[in-house]
Amino acid sequence: MAEEVTIRVNEQVATLAVDRDTPLLYVLTNELRLQGPRFGCGLAQCGSCSVLLDGVEIRSCVTPVGAVEGKQVTTLEGLPALYARQRNLARAPALHPLQRAMIDEQAPQCGYCYNGMIIKGSELLSRKPQPSEREIREAMNGHLCRCGSYPRIMKAIQLASRFMAEERP
Amino acid sequence: MTTNAQPALSRRSVLKGGALVVGFNIAGPLTSPLLDSVAPSAAAATPDPELLDSWIAVHADNTATVFMGKVELGQGTTTGMLQIAAEELDLAMSQVSAARVDTDVTPNQGPAVASLSIMDNGPQLRAAAADARQALLRLAAARLNAPADRLSVKDGVVTVEGDPGRAVSYGDLIGDRRFNIRMTGKAPQKPVSQYRLVTSRAPRVDIPDKVSGKYVYMQHVRAPGMLHGRVVRPRGQGAYGDGARVVRIDAGSISDIADARVVRRGDFVGVVAGREWDAVRAAEKLKVTWDVPPRLPAGRLFEAMRASRTTDSVIVETGDVAAALAKAAHVASATYYGPYQSHAPFAPNCALADVSAGRALVMCSTQYPHGLRNMLAQTLGLDPEQVQVRYYEGAGVFGRACHDDCAIAAAVMSQAVGRPVRVQFMRWDELGWDNYGPAHLADVRGGVDADGNIVAFEYHGWHHGWNTAETSQELALGGPVQPPVSGRARLVNKETLTAVYAMPNVRLVNHHVPGLDGYLKGGNLRSPMDLSISFASEQTVDELAHAVRMDPVAFCRRNMTDRRWLGVLDAVAQAAAWAPRVAHAAPSTGRVVSGRGVALGTHIVSYGAAVADIEVDRESGEIKVRHLYGALDAGLAVNPALIENQIEGMLIQATSRALIEEVQFTQTNVTSLDWKTYPVLRFADHPGVTAIVVQRLDERSTGAGEEVMGAAVGAIANAFFDATGVRMRQYPMTPDRVRTALKA
Repeated sequence: MAEEVTIRVNEQVATLAVDRDTPLLYVLTNELRLQGPRFGCGLAQCGSCSVLLDGVEIRSCVTPVGAVEGKQVTTLEGLPALYARQRNLARAPALHPLQRAMIDEQAPQCGYCYNGMIIKGSELLSRKPQPSEREIREAMNGHLCRCGSYPRIMKAIQLASRFMAEERP
Repeated sequence: MTTNAQPALSRRSVLKGGALVVGFNIAGPLTSPLLDSVAPSAAAATPDPELLDSWIAVHADNTATVFMGKVELGQGTTTGMLQIAAEELDLAMSQVSAARVDTDVTPNQGPAVASLSIMDNGPQLRAAAADARQALLRLAAARLNAPADRLSVKDGVVTVEGDPGRAVSYGDLIGDRRFNIRMTGKAPQKPVSQYRLVTSRAPRVDIPDKVSGKYVYMQHVRAPGMLHGRVVRPRGQGAYGDGARVVRIDAGSISDIADARVVRRGDFVGVVAGREWDAVRAAEKLKVTWDVPPRLPAGRLFEAMRASRTTDSVIVETGDVAAALAKAAHVASATYYGPYQSHAPFAPNCALADVSAGRALVMCSTQYPHGLRNMLAQTLGLDPEQVQVRYYEGAGVFGRACHDDCAIAAAVMSQAVGRPVRVQFMRWDELGWDNYGPAHLADVRGGVDADGNIVAFEYHGWHHGWNTAETSQELALGGPVQPPVSGRARLVNKETLTAVYAMPNVRLVNHHVPGLDGYLKGGNLRSPMDLSISFASEQTVDELAHAVRMDPVAFCRRNMTDRRWLGVLDAVAQAAAWAPRVAHAAPSTGRVVSGRGVALGTHIVSYGAAVADIEVDRESGEIKVRHLYGALDAGLAVNPALIENQIEGMLIQATSRALIEEVQFTQTNVTSLDWKTYPVLRFADHPGVTAIVVQRLDERSTGAGEEVMGAAVGAIANAFFDATGVRMRQYPMTPDRVRTALKA
């Protein structure tokens, strides 16, 4: 039954009348009309719906909205602002360094999986600013890309790592 | 109807049955983008391709909109086409954009299949742009009072040569007014030597929004008052043509989901609900008893295909194969097996339909809006002119996945409930009811003389064709279905089998398997049939090279005469720093052995070549592809960077299909329903890739989205032989199959 659930998404508070068991994904896409997280399998197998929960990547398609109360949800839309907070930047850049790198590498084809790729890649970079190739492959292994753009995503994560290093005062 | 704005929200209000959103700053940075209008046009009228205005509109701000019938599938077609248009119009890339493909807005250019977009439709658009430029120069000549041959254009500003003060922009000349002229197709076009945008590595126009999250995919589109729909079908299709017959629906099984209701038309069953989660749950819970006959050839697919009553056709018959084989120094002869494979788009398809009396607007990710319109009209009982199809990109499908099926499902449900319905296929719907790339069986014989000349080649290929109707249509309309048909891309591929090598005696026979005799649905999957065909034929060629103790590249070269095939072979060999040697000449004895292979291939046109470096774990049977090199000659490369991206994608996807992908089924139904039961290549296992574009400024542009797939699979298979001295006759080359082959 619908009841009030209060969640915090991209630093904003939303109180919703929804069934607490509703997967977070459907709330983000339908009630909050966000475009980052998106349906891919509904089974936590592909990474299409990824968001950060207190900075850690989760699959919103299998996470009940009731389970994220009191926590910070960050979607692709909120990623530059989160990055600015993590790095103590005066203001949020237009794009997270990994998003810039994805453009520089001309990485996407259809681009549908890039929500998850960027969310997961940014999580990795926040934990490990200079990941090795092996670490990237391991971290990203739960995210599928059907167009076969893995090599470019790999390069983009490495490029983003350099962007971040150069940004250091 | 209005645009797709947010519903008005009042603080701390409670909505009955609807969504309540309180305290969320929807006007802030989180505001969902204003989506395109969902209102249908007042009257449907497909633009007349004979009129220039159907192709190009020049605006007052000196920009231009280009109308194309070909859809963006992530392959970069839009960018390439805009380069072509901007080149002929002498505009900058920033001054051109593409209109959303819509049957009421954009001309019919045929389906976006077979990598034809740039090849067939590029010249069409180039001619339109040249016509537009000529018309604009006429206007400028009058306005500037100067002869047209003294005018030059840069970034849409026309100046008089030697008098740069006299200038006028396209926008000033025609801004937002119609040309009102017919296409001539005869206006002078720029010579290749003057190209500045075409052949350049212009960045993709769609990438910034795809990376920021602003790009509107089909899955994002909503309409006011819409319901969420889901289809309800048996999990996994059965034999094509047998349908899935509803015996009984227990509507009471979803009575606890107050908002959900069942939609039924014939054997088409779906559910709709105001909230998406309710629709998902209802589809999951609804109890439907299905009659699904156990007619699939589980465990005996290839035996069934071989035993079937085929329709045979000789595709190529040159010389006397039997006599040449009898005299050959060596003969390679084997049977090869290729699986059913799924399009398996990363996201299942989605569609939104608004059907009312005498009018339908269907938004979806079809590869051919104008073609789908007819199918929708037939299903809905409307005239095609009453149906409008608007395209939104979804996840890449690489052929006929469930996009049209999903569109028809949404339309059927919308018509039934009288409201807009958005249907999102679930993962199991998309994988389980796909139009799969058909399985393939091949008997191949090749002969070589002692000098290394291929003297004979014989290929018999078995497969059924592609079904013609979509599942939702079949289920809703009932009645007998059309048998799968054969056609150019559904026959044994004479381009790959006879165009690559100069062979005096060739026999190619197509054995068309009757697709209604208990098989899965078939459809065009990226580089249709080519992976199976190249897997068989390129291993045969490699086997002949080995039989005469020749380096495989040298052997291929010896048997080629076409400069373009030689060109891609040389390009890929050079990129891979190919060191000539006989395959498997110095085998290593370790548990993990490495190998390198080469192969060629195409899809109808263009020239593809690949080199693979792999490792084989002889105990586990696991193959790791370490690096793939892919070269493609697609004539004049409009944008080499786009083609490099396509080649890389082909190499990765071909690796997945060579090693992993295979649709599994029982006698009654497909059991490959998610990423665990239909696994694909993952990040951890992807090979490194090197893409080489062979630029041919003197040749017409041809397809660049499929033509390296077959070569890549062939190269991996040949690398396996180099590593192990054993031939794999069946793919995917799974650890089980590898272990079995190595033990044999």
